[in-house]
Amino acid sequence: MGRYVVRRLLQMIPVFIGATLLIFLMVNVMGDPIAGLCGERRCDPATAAQLEREFGLDKPVWQQYLTYMGNLFTGDFGTAFNGQEVTELMATAFPVTIRLTLIAILFEIVVGIALGVVTGLRRGRPVDTGVLLLTLVVISVPTFVTGLLLQLLLGVKWGWIRPSVSSEAPFDELILPGLVLASVSLAYVTRLTRTSIAENRRSDYVRTAIAKGLPRSRVITRHLLRNSLIPVVTFIGADIGFLMGGAIVTERIFNIHGVGYQIYQGILRQNTQTVVGFVTVLVLVFLVANLVVDLLYAVLDPRIRYA
Amino acid sequence: MRGATHAQWIVCAVAAALTATACGGGDGGGGSGDAGAVLSASWGDPQNPLEPANTNEVQGGKVLDMIFRGLKRYHPETGEAQDMLAESIETTDSQNFTVKVKDGWTFSNGEKVTAKSFVDAWNYGASLRNNQRNAYFFGYIEGYDRTHPEDGGEQSADTLSGLEVVDELTFTVKLSQKFSTFPDTLGYAAFAPLPQAFFDDHEAWVAKPVGNGPYAVDTYTKGSQMSLRTWEDYPGDDAAQNGGVDLKVYTDNNTAYTDLIAGNLDLVDDVPASQLKNVESDLGDRYLNTPAGIIQTLAFPYYDENWNRSGSEKVRKGLSMAIDRDQITETIFARTRTPATDWTSPVLGEDGGFQEGLCGEGCEYRPDEAKQLIEEGGGLPGGRVTITYNADTGSHKDWVDAVCNSVNNALDNERACTGNPVGTFADFRSQITQQKMSGPFRAGWQMDYPLIQNFLQPLYYTNASSNDGKWSNNDFDEFVDQANQETDTAKAVGLFQQAEEVVRDNMAAIPLWYQNGSAGWSERLSDVKLNPFSVPVYEQIKVS
Repeated sequence: MGRYVVRRLLQMIPVFIGATLLIFLMVNVMGDPIAGLCGERRCDPATAAQLEREFGLDKPVWQQYLTYMGNLFTGDFGTAFNGQEVTELMATAFPVTIRLTLIAILFEIVVGIALGVVTGLRRGRPVDTGVLLLTLVVISVPTFVTGLLLQLLLGVKWGWIRPSVSSEAPFDELILPGLVLASVSLAYVTRLTRTSIAENRRSDYVRTAIAKGLPRSRVITRHLLRNSLIPVVTFIGADIGFLMGGAIVTERIFNIHGVGYQIYQGILRQNTQTVVGFVTVLVLVFLVANLVVDLLYAVLDPRIRYA
Repeated sequence: MRGATHAQWIVCAVAAALTATACGGGDGGGGSGDAGAVLSASWGDPQNPLEPANTNEVQGGKVLDMIFRGLKRYHPETGEAQDMLAESIETTDSQNFTVKVKDGWTFSNGEKVTAKSFVDAWNYGASLRNNQRNAYFFGYIEGYDRTHPEDGGEQSADTLSGLEVVDELTFTVKLSQKFSTFPDTLGYAAFAPLPQAFFDDHEAWVAKPVGNGPYAVDTYTKGSQMSLRTWEDYPGDDAAQNGGVDLKVYTDNNTAYTDLIAGNLDLVDDVPASQLKNVESDLGDRYLNTPAGIIQTLAFPYYDENWNRSGSEKVRKGLSMAIDRDQITETIFARTRTPATDWTSPVLGEDGGFQEGLCGEGCEYRPDEAKQLIEEGGGLPGGRVTITYNADTGSHKDWVDAVCNSVNNALDNERACTGNPVGTFADFRSQITQQKMSGPFRAGWQMDYPLIQNFLQPLYYTNASSNDGKWSNNDFDEFVDQANQETDTAKAVGLFQQAEEVVRDNMAAIPLWYQNGSAGWSERLSDVKLNPFSVPVYEQIKVS
């Protein structure tokens, strides 16, 4: 187990370096960021040169990358064009997005798995068909449509919520955006759980458990569900990173100043430091989430062992 | 906002769900013009650090306009430059100016505004060391080439030799050339005075700017909100009619508009294009749509042989005549743009140099003549044109496609004109500065100050700062030089108009339309106006 974790952690290093290098190159391909800094007007050459020097843009890309990585290990993520430290931006953006992601994940786990269990146990019944249809609708409608529609109905027409989230972005204001963000994944979780439950319901160990006279609830939670969760856990694990990075649409609709907003701004203003900094952290989140998922397998199914 | 806590908010939601009663902000009030009430307004995150000489976009400019007053101020309605802190600005030769500052002005931290406040601020702005984006505004002042060597050489002075403090409230300015309208440029935010606190602790100042305007910054959370409160001891006669303004950052103006409709926001100063058809029914007369000092044009790359040969002016004029401005401004912009008939802006007024119809038939939609002209001029280079634009902001794609459609119809050629989108503004700008354009490209111009000079010289003078197409014409340059030397304003304006005629005769750039500013507001507000820069005149807004 220990050796497995160490090996996995070591594998992260090349993935991490490769990912950051790719992003660094991609942002650099987009052209000269200084050119956009002075609006419709050309920056005067002397100021432009001075700014380039300040942001280290006058050096070749490989050297910029090395300097960047060097600084990274001392916790220096560089400075955005408006003079703010990127770490400062992260300190304000990440807590918000983490709250949003937490709510989304909670929805996925609680609602998604519950619905999946219910439908999986009642295959072919009206409940099952109903939920299947509903999830199909949710999957096929794009997030921004759901988001804008709910915002209009709940926020403007009925006045139940505020259409935009305040800058503090507390949990209660994030419930609706969280649900919108989770919606598509939620539908997938439901469907995955349903199939998995329906399949395992006929397996030998479930029949044995029932034959032993165990109470139905125990059979379902300890035996059936536990074994059926492996594909679901894999999905949710991968989804954490996806939700954090993919929140751009939801964050825009509800005016949430989180990670998606910062990355979007960074790309528009072609701010290498912001984009690379945020994506670097997201890559780390992705890698760690994947590791946790892999470790969870063993908890769910003891037959899976790590050498 | 308005004091509803989150607990209240939930109760509201539940109550609303149960009884279907509206649960507004609970702001109470009534009556009109509560001088202590605070309004909330939409805002965008400023792109650069907030310093007077470092802010060149609308969002940062908004704040500077609230917390600073300079020597001059542009009248919110007429755009005329009027004395603000200036007691007098005198000159005999249009090159040496003596500026007297009014007595009795202070910064909101109590420091007195003196001649030194201006001289220090301008020296700071001009110094290359400080990386100020607007440094070129000080380019006319003598000694600029030493504090800000354009050729990339070493900076050999920290202060402008043309500035000299005479006594506490007097200083002199020596320009490197004659510039008769120089005093009128001094209303621009870059020329604002700075307190000593700015130089003593720069970081603290940028975190919470201190100025001498009707508002003072109360709190500033970068990227999300700035709260400005009325400065009680403000000595000017344009003191704020409300208690303050909370500027809230919106990532999307659609969300801001939704918030306005839902009653969570008081003022939106950029109604999204997609909402224009609803705005009448949503807001009624609480909506404003007035011309601003912005003109959209198509510029040409004169560094490209194809656009710089004899006869190509006919091609350019032909292209211009192939564009149906009326239809495009109506269908795509819902009349929030006005078809352009000259190269300046209506906000200048007749006296300021705006001349309706100066462009003449060149800006009228005449498809047949257009086709003929282009043929006479040797046809489109390579048989077709591409219009380059940035696709990330605005609705540039929509109108470029429409313009191309119009050109294609006029020329009876499906492939005569195509749009060439560039992903980001930064990339678009960098392609322009690297002179990579091969055909016409989008060029928007928002004035710095309401002067005809500002619409012509930076854009069309040989090697001027925003002459992106590298157009060059001796006659034009001559008229501009003469105009700048002319001390009589009316005569100077006349000379600038003659220069503009040179632009017209060569169709140096195709004028498309003047852009309007728009604003929508809640029932709590009254007296909302937009100034010629399309920024709300915050201090005049009354809150009930």
